[in-house]
Amino acid sequence: MSEVDVRNFTLNFGPVHPSAHGVLRMILELDGELVERVDPHVGLLHRGTEKLIEYKTYLQAVPYFDRLDYVAPMNQEHAFALAVERMLGLEVPRRGQLIRVLYAEIGRLLAHLMNVTTQAMDIGALTPPLWGFEQREKLMVFYERASGARMHAAYFRPGGVHQDLPQALIDDIAVFCDEFPAALKDIDTLLTGNRIFKQRNVDIGVVPLEEAWGRGFSGVMVRASGAAWDLRKSQPYDAYAEMEFDIPVGSNGDCYDRYLIRMEEMRQANEIMRQCVKKLNAPDGKGPVASTDGKVVPPKRGEMKQSMEALIHHFKLYTEGYKVPAGEIYAAVEAPKGEFGVYLVSDGTNKPYRCHIRAPGFAHLSAMDYLCRKHMLADVTAILGSIDIVFGEVDR
Amino acid sequence: MDETVVEPIAVDPLVTLGEHVAASLGDAVLGFEVAYGDLTVTVARDSIVNVATFLRDDPKCRFISFVDVCGADYPAREFRFDVVYHFLSPHLNHRIRVKLEADDVTPVPSICDVFAGANWFEREVYDLYGVLFSGHPDLRRILTDYGFDGHPLRKDFPLTGFVEVRYDEERKRVVYEPVTLAQEFRSFDYLSPWEGTDYVLPGDEKAKN
Repeated sequence: MSEVDVRNFTLNFGPVHPSAHGVLRMILELDGELVERVDPHVGLLHRGTEKLIEYKTYLQAVPYFDRLDYVAPMNQEHAFALAVERMLGLEVPRRGQLIRVLYAEIGRLLAHLMNVTTQAMDIGALTPPLWGFEQREKLMVFYERASGARMHAAYFRPGGVHQDLPQALIDDIAVFCDEFPAALKDIDTLLTGNRIFKQRNVDIGVVPLEEAWGRGFSGVMVRASGAAWDLRKSQPYDAYAEMEFDIPVGSNGDCYDRYLIRMEEMRQANEIMRQCVKKLNAPDGKGPVASTDGKVVPPKRGEMKQSMEALIHHFKLYTEGYKVPAGEIYAAVEAPKGEFGVYLVSDGTNKPYRCHIRAPGFAHLSAMDYLCRKHMLADVTAILGSIDIVFGEVDR
Repeated sequence: MDETVVEPIAVDPLVTLGEHVAASLGDAVLGFEVAYGDLTVTVARDSIVNVATFLRDDPKCRFISFVDVCGADYPAREFRFDVVYHFLSPHLNHRIRVKLEADDVTPVPSICDVFAGANWFEREVYDLYGVLFSGHPDLRRILTDYGFDGHPLRKDFPLTGFVEVRYDEERKRVVYEPVTLAQEFRSFDYLSPWEGTDYVLPGDEKAKN
């Protein structure tokens, strides 16, 4: 073979590849089957969310957060709500906090079920997604019964949540919490000890902890590398301080550890949901679900029909909105995919001056080149599956 | 005996941290403040690499976790852009925000060599604001379209943009055309509802005379 024939091969992966988890185009430079370089081209789903938010009032900005990581919509709203509340100095009533924690954990289940099972699908197993999506369907019904929408909920709002949960819904969530571990066990028996699954995931995409921090990794990605770091524990927000749960930590930092951590986090999330249900049913878990500050949280519709003051507040808050004191803030939550942060700059008017969205997936995907180098072509999908990418938040 | 209880003065650990950073870095730090529970350090543009390295390596800081780089536009200023960095110290359980001012011609030193994760975030700031980063290994656009013109997050870039795309059946390809709005873009001025409107109505000139 002459020297001219030996050359690297450039392969276009995507933009609509079934295991690209959305619209990702990756230019892969291959030496045989070894990946030499990965150049992900993102932005195919860029909708200018940050620009749009600058032209909306604080309340109108909430639905944009559902459309970021559309697999766990309420977790994104949570970060924005926390940022605005901290600037306004607003206290959320306990029931509101509990409902938020409950739904944030439902979001975690939604995201991890999606990720774990589709990762299995990417490497050849077809059954787990079917089983996982059956559970997701139940959770989305809980979303719908709380907010009226299966995905784009706009439920967590600055000051609390939009509506109280009906007791029947809380009871049904309690039933789900009892049934879910068995369903999770089924997926667990399919995958955890599975020979093919382990062959494809163990020792693939290893990240040392130091590298993980420096590359902006967060959430499962740093925990798999051995850091016991979870914002729900280290910087607790809402009612997380009173919840009892464990943080699973990996040791190898490979795709398999990330899978195991997600599975364990689902069990922990289920426990947190169970605690929330219990606390919501206790006498001190009753009360308002949103701040009673009428200058920020609009009155209920029934009240609006009766009281002149409520009518004025309703009108003013849904047209002009409220003003947020000038300043800047960074608020982060432990979203299922990692640290989801909102950097908010206010100039004292009713619209954010700047709202930067720090999406965990963006940092994780940027390390794709580092993670895939010297791996086989087939490992690219396994790594991509294990870093849990959703293009709504990467492209914003 | 008269017992005087000496109240210990509670010092915010963030203030202590800010003083430590300011004292250690000298001229590089232009000032720091703690607001809404966040520590913000303003630094000189050219010293950002030193600042980031110090924050990462100093045993009292250990901001080893890179979080975010983003821009912000203040068109009225001489250096109109802010480049805002966020770091996290898992050891101290603190966050820090580092800010510097920039414009669209003077490059900001890239911190990619200090934090590898900054690569895409700096590309994003370049893409959306047009801030240049010197020493960046691969300063390309990232979020906008191939061949996009302009920097969309600047305050003087209209929300509706300049071009729109559609698939042209005759030419069998996607075409770019100037934006046409079926309805005028509506931007309500809620800040001064009484003084804000300036309609010229027929007959207004008579009122002036």
